[in-house]
Amino acid sequence: MCLAVPGRIVARQTASDPWAALGTVDFGGVRRSVSLACVPEAREGDLVLVHAGVAIAVVDEAAGALLAELVDRMAAAEEAGVAGAAAGGNEEADDC
Amino acid sequence: MPVICPTPVSESERIVLAHGEGARLSRRLVRDELLTAFDNPYLRPLGDGAVLPDAKGRLVLTTDSYVVTPLVFPGGDIGRLAVHGTVNDLAVCGAEPLWLSVALILEEGLPIETFRLVVRGLREAAEACGVAIVTGDTKVVPRGAVDGCFVNTTGVGRLRDGVALSPRRVRPGDAVLVSGPVGDHGIAVMAAREGAGMEVDVVSDSAPVHAMVAELLALGEGIRFLRDPTRGGVAAVLHELAESAGVVVIVDEAALPVRPAVAATCEILGLDPVHVACEGRVVAIVGAEAAEPALAVLRAYALGQGAARIGTVEPPSAVVAAGSVLVRGALGVLRVLDEPLGAPLPRIC
Amino acid sequence: MTAEGRMAAGRDAVARRDPRRVRRLLEAIGRTSANQRDLPWTIMEVCGGQTHTLLRSGILDLLPQAVRLVHGPGCPVCVTPVEVLDQAVALAGRPEVTLCSFGDMLRVPGSHGDLLRARAAGGDVRIVYSPLDAVRIAAAEPHREVVFFAVGFETTAPATALAALEARRLGVRNFSLLVAHVRVPPALEALLAEPDCRIRGFLAAGHVCTVMGTAEYEAVVARHRVPIVVTGFEPEDLLEGILLVVRQLAAGRALLENQYARAVRSAGNAAAQAAMATVYAPCDRAWRGLGVLPASGLGLRPEWQDLDASRRFPPSTSAPAESGLCRAGEVLRGRLRPDHCPAFGSACTPNSPLGAPMVSSEGACAAWFRWRRTEVGPCP
Repeated sequence: MCLAVPGRIVARQTASDPWAALGTVDFGGVRRSVSLACVPEAREGDLVLVHAGVAIAVVDEAAGALLAELVDRMAAAEEAGVAGAAAGGNEEADDC
Repeated sequence: MPVICPTPVSESERIVLAHGEGARLSRRLVRDELLTAFDNPYLRPLGDGAVLPDAKGRLVLTTDSYVVTPLVFPGGDIGRLAVHGTVNDLAVCGAEPLWLSVALILEEGLPIETFRLVVRGLREAAEACGVAIVTGDTKVVPRGAVDGCFVNTTGVGRLRDGVALSPRRVRPGDAVLVSGPVGDHGIAVMAAREGAGMEVDVVSDSAPVHAMVAELLALGEGIRFLRDPTRGGVAAVLHELAESAGVVVIVDEAALPVRPAVAATCEILGLDPVHVACEGRVVAIVGAEAAEPALAVLRAYALGQGAARIGTVEPPSAVVAAGSVLVRGALGVLRVLDEPLGAPLPRIC
Repeated sequence: MTAEGRMAAGRDAVARRDPRRVRRLLEAIGRTSANQRDLPWTIMEVCGGQTHTLLRSGILDLLPQAVRLVHGPGCPVCVTPVEVLDQAVALAGRPEVTLCSFGDMLRVPGSHGDLLRARAAGGDVRIVYSPLDAVRIAAAEPHREVVFFAVGFETTAPATALAALEARRLGVRNFSLLVAHVRVPPALEALLAEPDCRIRGFLAAGHVCTVMGTAEYEAVVARHRVPIVVTGFEPEDLLEGILLVVRQLAAGRALLENQYARAVRSAGNAAAQAAMATVYAPCDRAWRGLGVLPASGLGLRPEWQDLDASRRFPPSTSAPAESGLCRAGEVLRGRLRPDHCPAFGSACTPNSPLGAPMVSSEGACAAWFRWRRTEVGPCP
């Protein structure tokens, strides 16, 4: 039940009551009406995470990519550090 | 007070109980709706049974009942489904489909137009398959006793010469093939249900496979065993095969063909496409050398687009017992092919 | 599913299961944890969805021996006490009630059968994907009393809150809620308070934090000096999360880090939190396996209690009965690996479960049964 599925907003309906905001989300060939009440900033074309019929977040692909890059750099530094430590036994500085 | 004749006006727009009682209204229904639709020399006498010609070969008999809801869905209807399903069962037994019986159980109140639609589906599918509907039965039950319409088709075919399909012929090293993307039918039907709340770009794959299978069989003894994956999907077929053949089946997850919309819908619903029904697909176990020629045969057909090798038959071992079906995931790790948790999609076929 | 399929679905950005990257992350975890003191390090992944990924993908087998993952109580179906389930079953038995529920509650055993059996006995039990669907049913069928069985963590609580708001806005009177929502942080505190707790770090539930943000977990880190990494659900997410935890352990640090940055902001989702604050207030809640945890539940605020199904349909007082063989509590606290339970696969299977973890889509026992019940070693 913590399963949240990503999909793109293909239509956002206007609603007088912000709690009633609805939209159509495409999950890749399957479309469903989804509550957009919790993502007032989301626009058509945005990728959102949908759980139990409610969009709970706009996916920030850039932030995700940044984190992945950070982890890769960490891992690479470690690999070099291990190689270095095998030679000289230094502790690497941490920076996160 | 005049007695009102209980027989309704014959131009009623709905099926009524009298249509199934065997009297005037019933005969009229058979004559006007069914005989005209299915007309052929075996049906025309309207005997209690059809006298069939000498088949000049071994007979294969199969039966199936269809309770799908809704009656009409993207890509088909219960009539078409009922013909294709039984034709396909005959085909994967290695038989040439010849004759069908059709038994209808109709709900009182079913609109005549819906009834005609089902009959049209039966007729058109039978014609396209080259089979004759030679006998049948119609019953009408009170409102609520069935949901619209249930259909049973029983099919007779003639075993093709030289065919010896059996799980006993399956051996380690054999290839597991599927003729196209899986799960289309189950998802299309589910999405067509009122209250499903989703729009899916998927149509049922309901189709007759007998022509494609005949060509496959012509490849010879490399074709060991065939099944059509309906309820329970490809998973059910592979489990039954592994058990009856006493082997282990290993499926390559990345090789299983699935349409993106089917995969997405399954993810939302918490289903696995391997458990979702198909209605126009064949799972074929073939000798390793026969795999490429078999795939070429399948892919030459429109309904064989997307045919793929999805796995291999392995011998049982101390670690993996006969009857096991395993999946090799994207990361190379083997896991058990899971059984569905909870109630799978009901009333799909 | 083929790579092309994923691309066509426009979800390539979130697929995150590249085998080469997985291998590199595993190697990094191995390097970082090699030759450390007090091995193995026990790390708990909190959410059942994470447990399922670990088992389905095979990552659990691929991790180095130095890292030992134990499964947490992040399965709301599993932690719902049997008394509440019995209430739902009783409601389903009322002829005027339409009980709407998420699908995987249907086979959870109660004291007198499950919801599936209640349906077979004539109860109007309907599976819904969203509590908003239950409100629609109530609006469309005014002669039925529609009750939504509101199970779930803070991920799901906003949806139920929106359903309450919708029902009130539409003036739908034949709708009520059987509320069983729970909050994750009190469960972590309870686990860390156990005297022999060996958990060295947590992978926090990514979607719970999408809604609630990270502040509550910063507090846990500060109080207990234990690394917590908010983690997603795909194979690469889990490995990144584990790597961040082991790096902290190797360096002797204890911080809150956010691996699931693409979905989690530290403040969480303000609108979702606002909807929850409108409808709920924290309340004490009983958890299967953990007992009553103060302020661990979300209950309806006084001005929303006209929607409380417990008030509309007072529950019976019959005593709950659970299988004496079921060890769900130990499984949920990470103390018993499912396949080490004597009943696993024999007296307890998904078709005849002793408890909830064997039938929930997020249950640890279900994950082990589905994907690990034949001992097959990892591939070279």
